[in-house]
Amino acid sequence: MSALPTDPVAPQPKKNYLNAEYGVFSWLLTRDHKRIAILYLFSVSIFFMLGGLMAVLIRMELATPAGDLVEPDIYNRLFTMHGVLMIFFFLIPAIPAVLGNFLIPIMIGAKDLAFPKINLLSWYLYVAGGLFTLWALIHGGVDTGWTFYAPLSTTYSNTWVLPVGIGIFINGFSSILTGLNFIVTIHRMRAPGMTWFRMPLFVWSHYATSLIQVLGTPVLAITVLLLAAERIFHVGIFDPKLGGDPVLFQHLFWFYSHPAVYIMILPAMGVVSELIAAFSRKKVFGYHFVAFASVAIAVLGFLVWAHHMFVAGISVYAATVFSILSMLVAVPSAVKVFNWTATLYKGSVSWETPMLYAIGFIGLFTIGGLTGVMLATLGIDIHVHDTYFIVAHFHYIMVGGAIMGYLGGLHYWWPKITGKMYPVFLSKLSALVIFIGFNVTFAPQFVLGYLGMPRRYHAYPEEFQVLNVMSSAGATILGVGYLMPLLYFVWAMRYGKDAPANPWGAVGLEWQIPSPPPTENFHEIPVVTHDAYEYEKPSLKEAPVVG
Amino acid sequence: MLTSAPFFPPRASALAREIDFLFFTTLGIAVVFSTLIAVLLVTFAVKFRRRSPSEVGREMTGSTLPLELTWTIIPFLIMMGVFAWGTKIYFEASRPPANAKQFWVVGKQWMWKIEHPDGKREINELHVPINVPIKITLTSEDVIHNFAVPAMRVKADVVPGRYTTLWFEADRLGTFHLFCSQYCGAEHSKMTGKVVVMEPTEYEKWLASGGASTVQTTVATGEQLFAAKACNTCHRADSTARAPMLWGLLGRTVKLLDGQTVVADESYVRESILNPAAKVVAGYQPIMPTFKGQLSEEEVIQLINYIRSLKAAESESAR
Repeated sequence: MSALPTDPVAPQPKKNYLNAEYGVFSWLLTRDHKRIAILYLFSVSIFFMLGGLMAVLIRMELATPAGDLVEPDIYNRLFTMHGVLMIFFFLIPAIPAVLGNFLIPIMIGAKDLAFPKINLLSWYLYVAGGLFTLWALIHGGVDTGWTFYAPLSTTYSNTWVLPVGIGIFINGFSSILTGLNFIVTIHRMRAPGMTWFRMPLFVWSHYATSLIQVLGTPVLAITVLLLAAERIFHVGIFDPKLGGDPVLFQHLFWFYSHPAVYIMILPAMGVVSELIAAFSRKKVFGYHFVAFASVAIAVLGFLVWAHHMFVAGISVYAATVFSILSMLVAVPSAVKVFNWTATLYKGSVSWETPMLYAIGFIGLFTIGGLTGVMLATLGIDIHVHDTYFIVAHFHYIMVGGAIMGYLGGLHYWWPKITGKMYPVFLSKLSALVIFIGFNVTFAPQFVLGYLGMPRRYHAYPEEFQVLNVMSSAGATILGVGYLMPLLYFVWAMRYGKDAPANPWGAVGLEWQIPSPPPTENFHEIPVVTHDAYEYEKPSLKEAPVVG
Repeated sequence: MLTSAPFFPPRASALAREIDFLFFTTLGIAVVFSTLIAVLLVTFAVKFRRRSPSEVGREMTGSTLPLELTWTIIPFLIMMGVFAWGTKIYFEASRPPANAKQFWVVGKQWMWKIEHPDGKREINELHVPINVPIKITLTSEDVIHNFAVPAMRVKADVVPGRYTTLWFEADRLGTFHLFCSQYCGAEHSKMTGKVVVMEPTEYEKWLASGGASTVQTTVATGEQLFAAKACNTCHRADSTARAPMLWGLLGRTVKLLDGQTVVADESYVRESILNPAAKVVAGYQPIMPTFKGQLSEEEVIQLINYIRSLKAAESESAR
């Protein structure tokens, strides 16, 4: 083999996927999974900022007990918009469509996804759904909460429920197609020697995620259609006045929306497995257990939906079954946390920025998971259901978990994606600021919830103010923390140092090709001879690499 | 302001004590586990920090299976314990004692309409005697609401088209928050109220005081309604051929036309009024017209209370 691209002083080839072509249409009509990932990166970032702006307004309103900043109608639209944008247009697509899109073909030694044109179509569906939803939210607004509970959403709300539903419906196809693309790619396009149990855990977790996307999302689509049928044609499905059953809506809604939580968290878990291995220079402890845990979470995740309905008047026996199943889904999650921790043992741990995010993820996810077990406990759920305890719990999972994972992944692969390094000190500081800001924002909400403060209150009793002010103050810190990466990433694209092919000294196929990678990823399809994360085998250094 | 900022909710029922004990036990377990993970992470990250740029980690030797099984089985067993404990409390909270006083609550955007066992009505305030089990049957006139009293640690969705129940036994005097905890539209956060726990003698005095809007007992109103809607044309002691007698109906097991049996509880009576063809009693024709849309939820409750009173009347006359 000639010059190893892993050698940091080797000159980077001039042509890469970023400069292969120029012009707007070279982006808008691209079929390169890496360019599509960049398109997603821009669009999910915009939705994240919009959703974040709503959060800022919500926290400002809640700084005082009286509903004095905005009218209740506006407040209700704000938290609905915050939920809809963050969940459907940021958290669900963020890691799979940005990092998964960019990395899955490279990690398994393929030149692209199985269906490049469908991949582009997914992005267009996402943008169409997103713009449509945004237009509906801004123009008319919707005040039902992102959960759209019937009969409030079908009969009583006179806001733009249907247009928002249509936007979510369109976006669902984007999610389904991305999942389908990943499943086929992982089955059919692995390089010679890339067996299932040599795949990086990032790929395993995306495989599990894709199964949920393909199997769960159609149920959401059906639910939206039924909602539309009742709203337009007054077919009695959910509203008891028309002969329907409002609890049926919750069953259908959570049958998708609970697994959707795993669509958000499983990819983040995949990222963290990569980061922990790379920054301990060690194989992930219990690789097989971690891989199977992803699939177990995906499967069990479909069997726990009614834990959102313990006080909705379901039978005590149904509640019992869903309680025990919800606890079972915590077992594979706990297994992952223990395995990540054990990976550090006797590792060669370096405190680079992505590792700080990964360790932050493990801490926050652990708190989110353990409070999840508390919520699955029937006796406790009676008291804290629909209070700020729930709000705190799911933000620990989705913000503390999924977003920390996403940011950790962005920091880890940013040199690969853009070919530029970002400022070290600032990025480490951002991890710290986000971690602190996050905890100051959401830890007080656990206490508020136990005190009984209900969710989605525009005004609240005065004795809850101290904790709410803490939460709002924390949100300010968190906001600053999120702005930092945004600014230095943009700065780095222009002024950052050129990134070597393998800045972290990590193994994995993505680090054996130049930064940024050429359009075809590999000039020749690599032959894989090693398991994932084999840092100890000295032979790795001589392994054939493709530049 | 700080002096009035609590970090622990008031506790005013035996259930609250049980739930708090379970909550703080599991919280303790959660703290132990998260501290364990945090300490291990930091310790390993410091102790095994990278000492030279080319250093790699050392694989553990030997089988990892014993460790994997340990940290799979121990959390599993702990969770099963927590599950059993939580489920026991949930069952207790779901089953009101037989001697509980029957209250009714109808939720609507955005107020609580409350009816006492003797028919006294109030809005957004619930006065209850101390040390008496209170059973509340809930329904909604429009969207889903949620009746939550944090001090009692009870909460139940208030669902249109069906009855849900909750119960508590207050063991502390005072005034406590009542919240709507299920988002119900524009003025959701205004759908709040108070639960006032009183000495039984005070409660009796309060009941007698006229206070809110007592007009008539709900039984009496129900009886008038029973006549006004011509229910008594068929449901009569002497006309067994046309419709079943309602004396002593509530709580009885009823045999249906299709051979099934059903316990005639409030939900069954409500369904039989609004959708009579759904569960027809064996031996009768499905001839009853529906009263759907003709009765408000409160009127249905008045009818049910009247029908329940027939039980008392009959057992008295039997004596």
